[in-house]
Amino acid sequence: MSNKLINLSGINKSFDGTMVLDDLNLYIRENEFLTLLGPSGCGKTTTLRIIGGFETPDSGQVFFNGEDITNVPPNKRQLNTVFQKYALFTHMNIAENIAFGLKIKNKSKSYIDDKIKYALKLVNLDGYEKRMPHQLSGGQQQRIAIARAIVNEPKVLLLDEPLGALDLKLRQDMQYELIRLKNELGITFIYVTHDQEEALTMSDTIVVMNQGYIQQIGTPEMIYNEPENAFVADFIGESNIIDATMIKDELVSFLGCKWACVDKGFGNNKPVDVVIRPEDIVLKESGQGTLDGEVTHVIFKGVHYEMEVMAGGYEWLVHSTSMFPVGTKVSISVDPFNIQIMNKPESEDEEATRIEE
Amino acid sequence: MKNKRNLLAGPYLVWSVAFIIIPLIMVFYYGFIDRDGAFTLENIMAIASPEHSKALWISIRLSLISTVICFLLAYPLAMILANMSVNQNQFIVLVFILPMWMNFLLRTLAWQTLLEKNGVINSVLKFLSLPTINIINTEAAIILGMVYNFLPFMVLPIYNSLARMDHDVINAARDLGANNVQTFLRIIFPLSIPGVVSGVTMVFVPALTTFVISAILGGSKILLIGNVIEQEFTQASNWNLGSGLSIVLMIFIIISMVISSILDKDGEGNML
Repeated sequence: MSNKLINLSGINKSFDGTMVLDDLNLYIRENEFLTLLGPSGCGKTTTLRIIGGFETPDSGQVFFNGEDITNVPPNKRQLNTVFQKYALFTHMNIAENIAFGLKIKNKSKSYIDDKIKYALKLVNLDGYEKRMPHQLSGGQQQRIAIARAIVNEPKVLLLDEPLGALDLKLRQDMQYELIRLKNELGITFIYVTHDQEEALTMSDTIVVMNQGYIQQIGTPEMIYNEPENAFVADFIGESNIIDATMIKDELVSFLGCKWACVDKGFGNNKPVDVVIRPEDIVLKESGQGTLDGEVTHVIFKGVHYEMEVMAGGYEWLVHSTSMFPVGTKVSISVDPFNIQIMNKPESEDEEATRIEE
Repeated sequence: MKNKRNLLAGPYLVWSVAFIIIPLIMVFYYGFIDRDGAFTLENIMAIASPEHSKALWISIRLSLISTVICFLLAYPLAMILANMSVNQNQFIVLVFILPMWMNFLLRTLAWQTLLEKNGVINSVLKFLSLPTINIINTEAAIILGMVYNFLPFMVLPIYNSLARMDHDVINAARDLGANNVQTFLRIIFPLSIPGVVSGVTMVFVPALTTFVISAILGGSKILLIGNVIEQEFTQASNWNLGSGLSIVLMIFIIISMVISSILDKDGEGNML
């Protein structure tokens, strides 16, 4: 896992004067499932297209296995792409689609036939050789697009929102398929999506992007539990983000109360943001927690109740399996390790991300 | 509701019965009788006579050559247009369409003036002491006229099919290792065939039946089948023979339509 297979160094890209990527630096390790996650227009697809060779950066370099491939055309790169809308060749049948890359490389017929069989088995579509793309459902077409890419044995598979056009159930099935494929093939996946749940489910590493900047890189757990700034906290999952002051190490003050936390090193009396996940809030009887308030809304969500609690002048979002009716006086309590402290945006980069919200 | 809406098609229905169906029936009626009104196949078989079959053969040959030239000129142009943004290519498309706003007959007469022995082109060439060209009243002039008049009908359907192509399909071919030539031969060209077929039909059929271009630029020295038919109707007043030859020409057109509809299964190219 430690070998840096792809390295993006100082990538800048703008379209018609609009900056899309600003000094992007990123490396991708071998056999990693790395997801570029962010809202539309954050530069994630452009990053993928630069890796695939479909866009050239204005400045900066792309390294593959230590070799500069910035100006190498897509057909000379050891990676393959699965496009958002499948991009199957509609005038060829499924077998011809899958064989396309192999025929270009002048592989023998028996080799190609074996590969087609193998790839169709891998994506659970044995026997579909003679069908035409338009006879297949969206999910099947997407699996063919994956099969067409992987028969070329790429070192890296690039996937551009491949599940975006599928319905929820199919999308969930395909997520498991992709994880299985990745484990069976042992190749590196670079995956682009705006769906945070998809990213959390499948990735080894998530790169959260916004406005052409990388906001945070980390494992799904790190991104979810320890977001580095308000954008990441807000984009990944639901959260309560509150203005706060760091009084000293392990003590933070917000909404007129002092709260014990576990974070250190932010300095004394420094303004910070605090993020608390809705499921980490414990509702107690009035007077027994840190901050008293009143339940204003309750919605049943299946697994849990979603409640809004007005306390300390802030509307708290709370997820809990036990229900408190509207109007109940409650008290909010949060375990110290569930209070996540984040620096206020200071640099210009981070500022830009806040303005957009 | 549905019946009411069908009524809206009424005026067109009347139109097509009066000016398409009835004339067609009349052509068939005249084609299969002789001057005395007796049934005969002679008018149809007349195509086998040397002068008629020669005219038909020249028509087919010149239309085919014109179609090929149109295709060779149109495809690269359509590719360039398709690769431009809409804002960029609007001007070029306009330049291209502009002559089409002028009357077909005028355009052809303009070519006559240009190409004549003492016409505009030769005057300029003489003035520059360059050798003059002498192509008026030759097959070359007729081909030039056909290409000039019908070229837009080749460009537009090909442009349509290229412009609608999903760019990621081309990217996918590149991604799978195909170079530019392989991508064109295996992906771009095969996917544009509906447009090509439609363009070929739209050039070949009017070129096959034209008599104006050959009359003006061929100086009635070169008779196309269209000229022969026209003369039977207007000069010889032999409606029966004219109708019979028209039926034969229709058969050739139907054959070319059938071929194109087989090649263009999805009817994609007919979106002009």
